[in-house]
Amino acid sequence: MLNAHSILSVSKYALATAVVLGSASMTHAAGTLNIESWRSDDANIWSDVIIPAFNKSHPDTKVNFTPTPPTQYNSALQAKLQAGTAGDLITCRPFDTSLTLYSNGYLDKLNDLKGLSEFSSVAKSAWVTDDGKNQFCLPMASVIHGFIYNKEIFKELNLSVPKTQGEFFKVLDTIKSESRYTPLVMGTADQWESATMGFQNIGPNYWKGEAGRKALLEGKAKLTDKPYVDTWKELAKWKPYLGRGFEAQKYSDSQNLFTLGRGAIYPAGSWDIQTFNNQADFEFGAFPPLVAKSGDTCYISDHTDIGIGINASSKNKAAARELLNWMASQEFAELFANAVPGFFPLSNHKISIKDPVAQEFISWRDDCESTIRNSYQILSRGTPNLENQLWNVSAQVINGTMTPKAAAEETQKGLEQWYAPQQ
Amino acid sequence: MIQPKHQDEKKPFPWHLIVFLTPALLIYGTFSVYPLLDTLFLSLFGTQQGQSTFVGLQNFITLVTDDNWSQAFWNALINNFKFFAIHMLIQNPIGLLLAVLLSSPKLRLSGTYRTLIFMPTMLSVVIIGFVWQLLLSPIWGISENFLYSIGLGHYFDAWLGKEGSALITLSFISVWQFVGIPMMLIYATLLNIPDDIVDAGVVDGANPLQTFWYIKLPLILPTIAMVSILTFVANFNAFELIYAVKGALAGPNFSTDLMGTFFYRTFFGFQLQQGSASMGAAVATLMFLIILVGVMLFLFFIQRRIQRFQF
Amino acid sequence: MTFLKGFLPSSPRHVSKSVTVHAILLAYTVIALFPIIIVIINAFKTRKAIFKDPLGLPDSDSFTLAGFQEVLLRSDFGLYSWNSLVVTLIAVGLVLLLGAMAAWALTEYKFRGNFIITFLFAMGIMIPIRLGTVSILSLMVELNLANTLTALVLVYIAQGLPLAVYILSEFVRTIPKELTEAARCDAVSEYKIFFCIILPLLKPAMATVAVFTMIPIWNDLWFPLILAPGEDTRTITLGVQQFVGQYVTNWNSVLSALTLAIVPVLILYTIFSRQLIRGLTSGAVK
Repeated sequence: MLNAHSILSVSKYALATAVVLGSASMTHAAGTLNIESWRSDDANIWSDVIIPAFNKSHPDTKVNFTPTPPTQYNSALQAKLQAGTAGDLITCRPFDTSLTLYSNGYLDKLNDLKGLSEFSSVAKSAWVTDDGKNQFCLPMASVIHGFIYNKEIFKELNLSVPKTQGEFFKVLDTIKSESRYTPLVMGTADQWESATMGFQNIGPNYWKGEAGRKALLEGKAKLTDKPYVDTWKELAKWKPYLGRGFEAQKYSDSQNLFTLGRGAIYPAGSWDIQTFNNQADFEFGAFPPLVAKSGDTCYISDHTDIGIGINASSKNKAAARELLNWMASQEFAELFANAVPGFFPLSNHKISIKDPVAQEFISWRDDCESTIRNSYQILSRGTPNLENQLWNVSAQVINGTMTPKAAAEETQKGLEQWYAPQQ
Repeated sequence: MIQPKHQDEKKPFPWHLIVFLTPALLIYGTFSVYPLLDTLFLSLFGTQQGQSTFVGLQNFITLVTDDNWSQAFWNALINNFKFFAIHMLIQNPIGLLLAVLLSSPKLRLSGTYRTLIFMPTMLSVVIIGFVWQLLLSPIWGISENFLYSIGLGHYFDAWLGKEGSALITLSFISVWQFVGIPMMLIYATLLNIPDDIVDAGVVDGANPLQTFWYIKLPLILPTIAMVSILTFVANFNAFELIYAVKGALAGPNFSTDLMGTFFYRTFFGFQLQQGSASMGAAVATLMFLIILVGVMLFLFFIQRRIQRFQF
Repeated sequence: MTFLKGFLPSSPRHVSKSVTVHAILLAYTVIALFPIIIVIINAFKTRKAIFKDPLGLPDSDSFTLAGFQEVLLRSDFGLYSWNSLVVTLIAVGLVLLLGAMAAWALTEYKFRGNFIITFLFAMGIMIPIRLGTVSILSLMVELNLANTLTALVLVYIAQGLPLAVYILSEFVRTIPKELTEAARCDAVSEYKIFFCIILPLLKPAMATVAVFTMIPIWNDLWFPLILAPGEDTRTITLGVQQFVGQYVTNWNSVLSALTLAIVPVLILYTIFSRQLIRGLTSGAVK
C-alpha cells in the first residue's frame, strides 16, 4: 500500500530528459505519453532508468512521469479526468477505486492487450470487473508485509529472530527491559500504519489468509468472530512496546527513529526497504508476521498494489498500448524489481532480485500462503467505508481508547449497514 | 435610472459605470459566482452509476439524519465551534493586548516588534504545520526539554496525538499563526484615536486602565466586531492546517475534524472511499448557510449599535 | 540594566511600566519567532546533529550545506519562486485596480442593481471559492487554460476581489464629497476623477488590501495543485510541499527547503510592511 506508504510523500516531476530522436524507426507509434502516478518516490527511477530503457526500443515515444502526492492523488486525478486534463496512462489503485474510474468511462478496456497473457489471474484480479469479464489495468507490482529489525541491536542484546508470537513478545520484553531502544517502532498519528502495518500485517495468520477473506466476502464470517477480535487483541498488546508519545508519531517519525538506530523492530511494508537502504547505516533484516506456535501454516499479506491503465480520452492510445506491452516484459520486471526493491513484479517471468532484504520478503511466498488486504475487494464500497473504519479503530485499539471487542463490533455494524451478504 | 449620487443634471448613458464595473464583475462572476452556484445546484442531485438525478433536499436530509453522515457532520460542526471559541477567547484578546502595548506612546522599537510578531501570519501552512509537528514531537524532544527546564516536564504529552488535546493544540497553532491579524487591525485603529480625546481623559484624572476602558475601548469596538466576523468566517473555512498536520481523516478518531476537512473527504473521497460530488456540494451548501447565519447574527446583535465598521 | 537604558524613556516613573511593556512584547516576539529560527538553524546542520541537539547552533562538526545542495539540485526553486512571484504580483495588481474601480462605482454612483452587486461581492468574503473547484477546473479546461499561470491569476483575482471591494468601498466613503463635486463642476470626466483624484487617495488603503490579498495567494496550495500542477507552472508553496513530502525522512533537506521558502516571503514582507501599517492607519474613519 504505497499510497499510504509515503503519506506525505511527493515529488518533483522528473521529466524524461533522455529522449533520443535520432534513429527513429517508423514501426513504433510516436508521440508523448504522460503517466499519472502517486509514486512520487520513484520519479528519479523513472526518469533515470525506466524511461531510457523503454526509449531504447521505442525511441520516438517521449514519456513523462508526472506523479501527484499520494494523499492527493485520488482527488486530483478525479478532477483532472473530469476536466479532461489527465495524462495518457493512469496508475491504478487496486480494486474499487479503479473500478469506479472504469465504470465511469475514464479507463479503457484492455482485454485484447497481448501483454496481459504474462500475468496470472490472481495478479489480474485486482483490476477486473466483478463479473471477471473486463480487464482495465495491467498489474504492476505487489507489496508484502512483515517486520524489519535492526541486526546490530539484536546482536548487541543477543537476540535471535522470533519464530512464534510468544517469542516475539519475549524479544520485545528483553529489548524493553535491557536497553534504551524503542522495542517496536510505529506511531498512530497517521492512523494508516495501525491498519496496514498492524491489522493487515498480523491478521492473515488469524483469519487463515484467503479462506478468511473470502468468508467475509460471502458473509460466512463476521468481523466480530474470534480471529478478528484476536488480531485486535494482539495489536492492543503492542502499546507498551511503542515509543513515548507514539500517539503523535507520524510515519516519517517512525522511519527516522528506525533509521537513526533508536528502535529495534519496525512493522513494515516491503516498500520501506528503499528508504532504509538510503538512510540506515546499519544492517537490517526481516521476518514474517508470526504464527501462534511453530509448525503452523503461515500467511502473509502479498497485496496487489499498483496497476496501470489507459485514459479513455488519451489521444495517443497506440503508443500507450506499446508502453503497457513493454511493461509486461521480462526486461521491465527485472528493471523495476531491482530499481525499486520492495515492489515485487506480478508477471510470471522468473527474475532475480539482488537486494537481500527484498529477497527475504519474497522468499516468504514459498513458505507461506499469500493473501491480500481483506478490506480492499468490494468491502469498502459502501458507507461507512470499511478501510477508513479500520484505520480509525485499529489506531484507537493501539492507543488504548477502544477495546478489541468494540472495534470488532463497530466495523461489523458498519458492514451490516450496506453489505447484503453480511445482513 | 443611473445617475451620480451628488449630481442632479441629466447625463448621457453612463459608460464610465460599465467601464468601472465590468472587468471586476466579469472575472468575479465567471470564476467565483458561477462555479459556486453550480456547486450549490449540484447539492440537489444524486449520482447513481454516473447518472445524476434530481433528488431535491434528500442529500441534506441524509446529512443530518442518516447515522453514517450525521455523526460526522455534527462532530465536525461541534469541533468547528470549539475551534472558533478558542480563537475568540485566546487569539483576539492576545491580539488586543499586543495592539494596546504596541500603541503605548513613545514606545521604542514598536515597528520592529510589530513586524516580527506579524511574521508567522505570512508563512504558509505547509511550513507552519511541519515546524510545529517537529517542535511538539516527543521524538525530537524540544518542547519536552523546554518544559523540564522550567520544571513542568511531567505535563508533557503527545498532545497532537491524543483525542482530548489534539484539537486544542491545533487551535493554538492556528492562534499562534494568525494573532498578527487582529493585532494589526486593532493597532491601526488605536493609532487613529486623536490624542486630544485621550488627553482630555487624562486631564480629568483617569488612570491608564480607565483611559483604556472608557475612552479607547468604545472607539475600537467596531474593529473588534470586524475582527470577530473575520475570525468566524476564517475558522469555518479552515482546512489547510488540519489537513497538513492530521490528514483528511482528521484523527485521532475524528477529534480534529472540521467542516473543511469533512467537506474535502466527502467531495473528493479518501483512500478507498469514493468521493461524492453531490453530497460534497450539500456539505458545502451547509457550510455556506452556517457562515451566512453566523455573520447575520453578528451584524444583527453587534453592528446594530455601531454605525459602520471603521477601517 | 545599562543596555536597556537606550530603550527606555528618561522619566524614572515610567521605567517600570515601560519595562513591563517591553518584557511582554519581547516575550511574544520570541514565541512568534522561535519556531522559525529553529527551522533556519537546523537547516545548516547534519541529520544526526539535528536529532541530537535541536537547539544548538551549527558548529564546525555539525555545519553542512548538504540540505541546500540537495534542494537546489533536486528541484527548481528559482523557477518556482519566479512563478509564485509572477502570479502573486499580477493577481494582486489586478485585484487592486479592478477592485478600486468597482468599489468606486458601487459607492459613488446610485444605479439599479447596485445593492445586488454589493451583496454579491459581500458574499464572496464569506464563501471559500474552493467550494467551486470542480466547476472552475472544467471552466479552465474549456477555456484552454489548464496548467497555465493565467488560470491561477484569474482564480486569485476572483478570490481577492470581494475583500478588496469591501475595504476600498469603506475607504471611498471617507473621501470628502467636495473633492469630486468640485471636479464635476469643472466638467472633468468621470474617468479623470477616478484615475487622477480618487486612485491616488486610495493608495494607503490599497497597501492594506495588497497585503491581505497577497498572503493567501502566495501560500495557496490548493489551486496550484488542481489547476497548474505541471513542472513549468509549479508555485513555490506547491514545490515545497512536494519536496517535503518526497524527502520527508531527510530532515536536513526538508528544513533547507522550508528555509528557502521563508526567504522570499520575508523579502516581500519587508517591502510591504511599512506600507501596510500606513494603509491601515490612514484608512481609518475620522
